[in-house]
Formats: sequence, C-alpha cells, structure tokens
Amino acid sequence: MKELRLMKGNEAVAESAIRYGVDGYFGYPITPQSEILEHLMAENPYEKTGMVVLQAESEVASINMVYGGAACGKRVMTTSSSPGISLMQEGLSYIAGAELPCLVVNVVRGGPGLGTIQPSQADYFQTTKGGGHGDYRLITLAPASVQEMYDFVGLGFELAFKYRNPAMILSDGVIGQVMEKVVIDDYKPRWTDEYIKKTFPWATTGKNPNQSHVIVTSLQLDPVKQEQVNLRIQAKYRECEKNDARCELLNCDDAEYVFVAYGSSARICQKAIELGREKGIKIGLVRPITLWPFPTKVLRDMTSKVKGMLSVEMSAGQMVEDVLLATQHKVKVEHFGRFGGMIPTPQEVLEVLETKIIGG
Amino acid sequence: MTEEIIIAGFGGQGVLSMGKILAYSGVMQNKEVSWMPSYGPEMRGGTSNVTVIISDERINSPVLSVFDSAIILNQQSLDKFENAVKKGGLLLYDPNGITRHPVRKDINIYQIAATDKAAEIGIPKLFNMIVLGGFLKYKPIVQDEFIRKGLEKSLPARHHGLIPENEKAIKTGTDIVKPYHTI
Repeated sequence: MKELRLMKGNEAVAESAIRYGVDGYFGYPITPQSEILEHLMAENPYEKTGMVVLQAESEVASINMVYGGAACGKRVMTTSSSPGISLMQEGLSYIAGAELPCLVVNVVRGGPGLGTIQPSQADYFQTTKGGGHGDYRLITLAPASVQEMYDFVGLGFELAFKYRNPAMILSDGVIGQVMEKVVIDDYKPRWTDEYIKKTFPWATTGKNPNQSHVIVTSLQLDPVKQEQVNLRIQAKYRECEKNDARCELLNCDDAEYVFVAYGSSARICQKAIELGREKGIKIGLVRPITLWPFPTKVLRDMTSKVKGMLSVEMSAGQMVEDVLLATQHKVKVEHFGRFGGMIPTPQEVLEVLETKIIGG
Repeated sequence: MTEEIIIAGFGGQGVLSMGKILAYSGVMQNKEVSWMPSYGPEMRGGTSNVTVIISDERINSPVLSVFDSAIILNQQSLDKFENAVKKGGLLLYDPNGITRHPVRKDINIYQIAATDKAAEIGIPKLFNMIVLGGFLKYKPIVQDEFIRKGLEKSLPARHHGLIPENEKAIKTGTDIVKPYHTI
C-alpha cells in the first residue's frame, strides 16, 4: 500500500533506505543532512527489516565500512555534506577501483573549506569529474524534489549494481531541508544471503569448494593488468553513457530560450519561466537528472531549436563546462550562479536571461 | 490558487510549527504544499523564518523573494520582509515590541496583539495558533475541518488531547485581529 506523507528531503532518503531493503547505513552527522541519521535512529530499522544503522567515528570510517559491506554483496550506503564527502574521496576511488556498488548521498553546502551550512551546488566538479584519484566516475543523480530524494535511493542502488560502481545522489541544502508531499512504498525485504551468493559471483560470501577465491581489491601492481582493469571499467562507463543518461524537458516545445539547471536551481528556473512567459518570453527548461552520464545528446539536439541557453547553478560555473562541451558553440551559452550558500531568486535568473542571452 | 507565504519571527515563537500545521492542513485538503525553513546560524536564538506555499498546481520554486502574504512577529523580520510583500498582498503583524510600524500603502496590513492575548488568558504556548487564526480570517486558504486534520497529523499522538485548545486559540485569533491599513 502506498502512503502519502509530508517529509523533509533528508527524512525521505532515510525512510526510502529502510523500505527499499538496504542492509547497512554508516554515517557521521553534519548540517544540512543530519536528519538522515536522526530519522534512521528514530525509526529503529533493525527491528523492521534487519537494516544496520551505525554512527561511525568519522567520515573516513563511514566510507570504509561501506567498502567492506559492498564487498560482501550487501546494499550499503552513507550520507554526508560537502566537507565530509571530501574526506570520503579516497574510499570512493578504492570502491570504484574494486568495482563495487554502493550509494552515497551528498547534501551540498557552501564551500570551499568548512564554508557555510547554506545550500550550494559547488560540488559538481568533485562528483562528476572524479574527486578521488584515478580514472573513475560516479553515477550521479540530481533530485529536484522530496519525491525524487525518495525515489533515487532505489534508482541509485539499481544503477550501482548494474554497473558495479558507486552511485551518488547529489542534492543540496534546499532539497534536503524542504518539506513536500511524498508517496512512500511498503517495506521490501532485504536480499537473503542465498540470493547474494547465487547472483553476485564477485561478492565475498564464504569459500565455495567448487569456486576459486574471490579477491576484492583495487591494488594491481602489474601495469599490464592494471590497464586491463581500466579498460574494463571504461567499457562499463561507455555502456552507462549510452543507456542511462536521463533528463527532463519542461516547456521546451515552443521554447526560444532554455535554462539548463539541476536540483533546486531547476525549481527556481521553473518559477523564472512562469514569470518570463507572463511577459511573453518563450522559455523552457532542460533539467539533467543524471549529471554523469550527462545528457549530452539532448542538449546537442537542442542547439538547432533555440536561440540561447542559460546554465543556472549555485556555483561559480561548473556544469556550464559540460553544457559547452555538449553544444560545441553552436548556440549562445552563458552561466549564471550565486554561491557560498546564496540562493538565486527567480527574478534575478530571469533578468540575467534577458540581459545576457536575449539582449546580449 | 497559489498562496506564497513568509512567516518570520524569533526562534521559539513557533514560527516553524505554525508553518507546518498550515502545510499539513493543505495536504489534508489535497493541495500541493512546500515548507522551506531558514536553517542558518541566525535561527539559534535569533530570527527564524519559513516559506510556506499552498497551491492547486505543482509548486515550482520552494525558495522565494516576494510573497503574497507575510506573517511578521518581530521588528527584524518586519524590516526584512515588509518590502517583500507583493503589491496588493497581505501583511499581518504582532505589534508587541514593534517600534517602527509598517509604512506600505499598497498592501493590506492587519494587526494581531497575540503576545498580549496569549499572556492574558494564560496560553503562551498557543501564541502561534492565535496568529494563525488571525491570518486565516483574511486568507481562508484552508478550511476549518482540514486545520483539525492538519493538527492531528503534525502533532504527536500524545498531544492530541490539546487539539481542542489549539482550535480555541485559532478562534481567539479570528476575534482579535484588526485592520491597520487597508487599500
């Protein structure tokens, strides 16, 4: 039975994890995402589904607990906000190198450094270009509503297991803190050990006499072999780019100009579209749902249909580089952003479109 | 119908919970709702505010800079939000502690002496419900029966015995609110 609730984005992530049948959560509190751990603790999921929730001693410990759980074929996750996510980068690189699935949620706050606790989208580069070392990617989902915060937990795990690679939900303080209506599912059972053993030959589930040893590692000292590992990982990434780039188009059918924005910026742009259309300006929105893989093709196709694009982010200009790569200067592209925890208003977004794109 | 509301005052005045009850009442009445709190360092002992949107349509931005209505409970918030009310909009404020009253002539302004009234009848904790009652008198965006359901949803079960008192406080608010300047 589906149920309707009014929840914060952070609470929706926690509730979704329990109901989806996640095996383990390991995390450390930090604003603006502390409600995730709080909600998990209050719900006592061990009693409901057997899910383990543990407050680790640090973010470094959290991500390494995730590494261990993932190696056993379990559905495990952690969440944090920007400075905490920076601490996890080594672990994320190791998990990607060992080709293991897991889910990480980043409720982004303003940086650099300890910065501020207010919303930001300045972790785009870190997330989509590889914040840790080596050639790896994070499958990155960008929720723009509380419902998507809920839904993307399941989607994140699906994609993480499909490609045996970490998935990241890149949210921000607005989507984490806002309360909206959300439809929640029934409790799903966690995977049984038998199911994991049968389904994931790469998981360390105990030695089977008919099987060779399963070794989980990101260490391969022989460069010839390490190159093979890299080639295998890159082949997966090309598949992912081909099959799993997602985006939403709003008001694009008759649009002469489009905003390109994700997460809470996309919501602000929708208000700006409403204000713009009242003045007779035909504006649409391209909202990337996956930031990696980036919806390159949709944007490339759009270049012949519109007169200009404004990339709107709560950063100094990060996603705009991917928009430029996708559109290859075939159409005018500009960036507008507020940062350090400041949120752009719909009015100023519209004004920038009018001056930099339409009038510029 | 879309109503975009800012509620602002001191931390501890029940600003966030008033917004939550309003939002829950909207949900019960099958509306789209959004509740976006300020969660910055300023809320710790300082000012606190929440943006509540109630609409018949999908809500776009949960963060706004101009509003249909402002419910203002201290001087700092009045200074900050008086000019954020749309032309023709509504501003409701409690004059307690206000030294510089609103000056706008292009909006409807109402006063509610909720702090004094709550102290007088000995229900300081229901101060915010008095204010909510005053607001709903001029902006009946949710109906009484759904307010009751909203209270049931947003209050923990152990406090459900207090719902009649909450409703009485809302009624008190509708009785004592008065126009200050109307267009």
